[in-house]
Amino acid sequence: MQVSMTVNGEERTDDVEPRLLLAHYLREVCDLRATNIGCDTTSCGACTVIVDGLSVKSCTVLAVSAEGAEVTTLEGLSGPDGELHPVPAAFRSEHGLQCGFCTPGMVMAAIGVLAANPEPSDREVREGLEGNLCRCTGYHNIVRAVQTAAQAGPAAGQVPSSRGVTA
Amino acid sequence: MIPGAFEYVRAGSVEEALTALAEHGEDAKVLAGGHSLLPLMKLRLAMPTVLVDISRVPDLSYVRVEGDEVAIGAGTRHFELERSDVARAEVPLLPHVASRVGDPQVRHRGTLGGTVAHSDPASDLPTALLALGGDVVVQGPNGRRSVPVTEFWLGFFETALEPDELVVELRTPRTGSTGWGYEKFTRRENDWPIVAAAAVDGRVALANMGGTVVRATATEEALARGASTAEAAALADEGTSPSSDMHADQDYRRHLARLLTRRALETAAGAS
Amino acid sequence: MSILGTRVVRIEDPLFLTRGATYTDDVVDERLAGAVHATFVRSQVAHGRVLSVDTTAAHKAPGVVAVVTADDIDLDPIPAGLPMVPAAMTRPWLAKDTVRFVGDIIAVVLTEERYQGEDAAELVEVDIDPLPAVVTTADAARDEVLLFPDAGTNVMASFGEPAPADFFDGCEVVVTQAIANQRVAPVPLETRATAAAWGEDGRVTIWCTNQGAQQAKGQIAGWLGLDPDLVHLVTPDVGGGFGAKIGADPEYAFVAWLARRVGRPVRWVESRSENLVGMLHGRAQDQVVTIGGRRDGTIEAYSLVVDQDAGAYPRVGVVLPTLTMLMTPAVYGFPKVHAQARVLATNTTSVGAYRGAGRPEATAAAERAIDLFAAEIGMDPADVRRKNLLPPFDSPHTTPTGAVYDSGDYTAALDRVLAAAGYPELRAEQARRRERGDARQLGIGMSVYVEITGADSGFGSAESAELEVHPDGTATVLTGTSPHGQGHATTWAMLASEQLGIPVDRITVVHGDTDRIPRGGGTMGSRSLQQGGAAVHQAAIELIDLAKQRAAQVLEADPADLEVDLAAAGISVRGVPGSGVTFAQLAEAEPLSVQTRFTAAGPTFPFGAHLAVVEVDVESGKAELVRIVTVDDAGTIVNPLLAEGQRHGGIAQGVAQALLEEVLYDADGNPQTSTLADYPFVSATELPSFELVEMATPTPMNPLGAKGIGEAGTIGATPAVHNAVIDGVSHLGVRHVDMPATPMRVWRAIQQAATRTQQEGSL
Repeated sequence: MQVSMTVNGEERTDDVEPRLLLAHYLREVCDLRATNIGCDTTSCGACTVIVDGLSVKSCTVLAVSAEGAEVTTLEGLSGPDGELHPVPAAFRSEHGLQCGFCTPGMVMAAIGVLAANPEPSDREVREGLEGNLCRCTGYHNIVRAVQTAAQAGPAAGQVPSSRGVTA
Repeated sequence: MIPGAFEYVRAGSVEEALTALAEHGEDAKVLAGGHSLLPLMKLRLAMPTVLVDISRVPDLSYVRVEGDEVAIGAGTRHFELERSDVARAEVPLLPHVASRVGDPQVRHRGTLGGTVAHSDPASDLPTALLALGGDVVVQGPNGRRSVPVTEFWLGFFETALEPDELVVELRTPRTGSTGWGYEKFTRRENDWPIVAAAAVDGRVALANMGGTVVRATATEEALARGASTAEAAALADEGTSPSSDMHADQDYRRHLARLLTRRALETAAGAS
Repeated sequence: MSILGTRVVRIEDPLFLTRGATYTDDVVDERLAGAVHATFVRSQVAHGRVLSVDTTAAHKAPGVVAVVTADDIDLDPIPAGLPMVPAAMTRPWLAKDTVRFVGDIIAVVLTEERYQGEDAAELVEVDIDPLPAVVTTADAARDEVLLFPDAGTNVMASFGEPAPADFFDGCEVVVTQAIANQRVAPVPLETRATAAAWGEDGRVTIWCTNQGAQQAKGQIAGWLGLDPDLVHLVTPDVGGGFGAKIGADPEYAFVAWLARRVGRPVRWVESRSENLVGMLHGRAQDQVVTIGGRRDGTIEAYSLVVDQDAGAYPRVGVVLPTLTMLMTPAVYGFPKVHAQARVLATNTTSVGAYRGAGRPEATAAAERAIDLFAAEIGMDPADVRRKNLLPPFDSPHTTPTGAVYDSGDYTAALDRVLAAAGYPELRAEQARRRERGDARQLGIGMSVYVEITGADSGFGSAESAELEVHPDGTATVLTGTSPHGQGHATTWAMLASEQLGIPVDRITVVHGDTDRIPRGGGTMGSRSLQQGGAAVHQAAIELIDLAKQRAAQVLEADPADLEVDLAAAGISVRGVPGSGVTFAQLAEAEPLSVQTRFTAAGPTFPFGAHLAVVEVDVESGKAELVRIVTVDDAGTIVNPLLAEGQRHGGIAQGVAQALLEEVLYDADGNPQTSTLADYPFVSATELPSFELVEMATPTPMNPLGAKGIGEAGTIGATPAVHNAVIDGVSHLGVRHVDMPATPMRVWRAIQQAATRTQQEGSL
């Protein structure tokens, strides 16, 4: 069936199977492969993207359920000039990623954390990222990265949007 | 893993959803947030042939005061309940418990009606609703009916809901400043509870102590006759039938039910 | 100023953070155009006779290209490749007569679309007559039910002899304890994945997620009976390994075989549920420690006996107990040390390396044993350790098991960690809580460890590096190591930059392509910096020598009068910066490149000490980690930012083993933890931020002075946290709780101790 949505600012319409998961839609139909899939049970958060301003796990959303939605993935965060969004920038400066597999989802979840709470405590960062698993960093530098990003102000909790800034 | 194939119906209204359910009967499943159903479908533990998506149905998401009760639309997402000023003021146990469900991404999608209709005995919000009392409002071809929460959950994944009915609203008494407590015991913060206890206004409900969320009736009766918190809590597991799994055997679950009930009651007493 | 020792942020990150890395399932390559997707049909029964496999319905399913069963295969079974394992213990590519674990492969379905694969796989009807399952090492050791009847035993290998009967004679105190070093799942976030395509030239290109392309290529060629020159193996970005991606998995070779059979490229990526039964597990040792000594705290004899659960088919887990045995003496100068191991087959997933691979098990045993001994004689565990630690040494020390430690100062590591943690104040706080009878009690645990890294250099293995400077002034490093999160692209660039003066962001590091880098040892056992990094360092020095020879001609000078001009990234006359020629200019005339191999003088033995503080809710049994303070001495540190990252990750996994993670099977061998909803992978909420203390004792084994850092965390943290939990309830009479120290286990141990105390009181 047909589904239309805006992905990283681009409006698109595709013909998809109803059972197609949003994560697979993004990876295989839209060719946006930063979004990873790490589990079957909505546990790991590697597939986290922003849908209509909220962090969601795209492995547990049907592409057809995202009809009319505005979806942002890691690829949609940073400008064409290569300037990093505050959250990925902080992940780099604080060494908040190693193998990188959890990173796209972790970054999107972190934006969600900062959108809801621009000045979180370390504990609030950890609770905000409880749905995102990382095997490499022990989360130590991820927490530092989110705190560093928070210093950048409201932009850290926002994604570029054709409908104005959200998240 | 991916779900088996199904036909997808996007309902634009409650009526459209009910029509689709009537047409497809037991083969159809309602999709709201999808965070209970889709994981089961991906593991192919559930294989409905029709999904009726009600996530776009307008007017199912609200929290409002109606007389002595708070009425909550079934489509209200956990994070909306968590942040609702009305809920925080009128029935603060619920937004607190909503904040303890899953993780933020799950709370952004999951709905109150969905978790109620799913009937998992380890669910947080049904535990809270059972402690609060009130009704599940369901709508079918013949209109609306109210089912008391004490009669709604019949077993593991089994409710008083007919295949052609939809949960549309939850109604719960306003508790205002009455003390409450919620104790959720997990190994990891975002796990399902091994056991949980919700206490409010002399009522106690337990998660994961049987096939459904259950009331700790012996505790409630003891409290009613003036027993101390400790004495009453020591009866919390009476009449329950907890299962054994890798996290906890029956004895340990019973111990946790007593311990968490005591702590939840102590919190409720302290907060009032 | 030297770039070495500075916190250089990673060169690889901008791509990872804008477009994402390219993992195997992300690879877009014209050779993979028209690829079909493989879906494995796996046994749902742990042990049984395969009566029939009916593929009729699956063949008819939409998109099915082929359904392959054991009857379709012309390959010899996969040999153990380990001389000590009975020859009958081979793994068939697809189970024909017998399935030996839940996850054993029975058939494979190839479909046009990935989604069609699961649908078709469900239609393969498998009829299995169950046999009794061998689930524990104790079951296996009885040899009543045999996994490989032709072998006549479940014992895959035995190492060492029993201790002499008089081993503990003369000891005033002897304590013995059975300790489970439980089975855990490595769970790299990227599951296994591969893709294979055959070219018209008869060569196959295999992409897979692996920790060592060259080793995997050799294995696959051997298994498929191919000339190794016909195999081109590429490891794209790799989403974590932790030991479980060492060596080729049969699935990778089999996908290549399938691609040849159907004449089309084939791709496979496994689901997490498949990963948790199909990928190697780690640890899985049942240990018995016995420790004897005097009441003044002096240990006189120590014995460790290991039953290693190897799972159904022999993999590297068979030989890991030899590392456990080698490291049994740990950091101590025990006069008598005994170690012995037996390796057993069970109807479970095969066991392989997991971050530390045999060494964490040795440290866990020794550190638990010390605490048990300390509890028995009523002495502070820190004091018992101090009394028995090897004194500081900077020339090699040979242990009773034959390990040759390069350098170490274990007392200093312990002292540093105790000081940083505020040990006396922690003990005082613990005493106050005990006095008050708080529900939340404090537990303090410590470990002192030594491990072996770069162990392969003890067998003469080397690492390769190739370095080329291009006319545009950039440089390329080709390395035989295989980074999957460690940041070699940055660190190797730093090592080259340090010598050549070329900025790190102008140096590209290439790895994991067997056509470009035919020789390499991969990344495992914390070998990379001390071997691969040292090779890059050596290559840079050799390139300078080459450049001086060429510059001498250009500048008409004696090479001896020339030196590196770091500011210019070239060669200048000694004492006259800017007087010479740049590497880039030299590369214009003819390629400026060197190939080298570096062989370390021997393995290194990093060491350290960890201290963990837990709060134990004695009413529920739940333990929560509130602090962990670590000293991890890995010699000279090249990039502290990345070295700390390695420590952090290891600590988290170490904590997870102590408190949370365990692969569980029921009595019939059914896995209970085959999704991430059931397997309690440690999350951010279960961990505090970590307190790292610096200490660096350079090694003489390589010119960098570097030891390995990758596995320090799992080795040190697990016993420290484990000991802390038990310490938190020791005043209630608890002496031991197995890992993971789950709430139910701790609560039960408290109940049992109380019952014991009551019984003793009533006698």
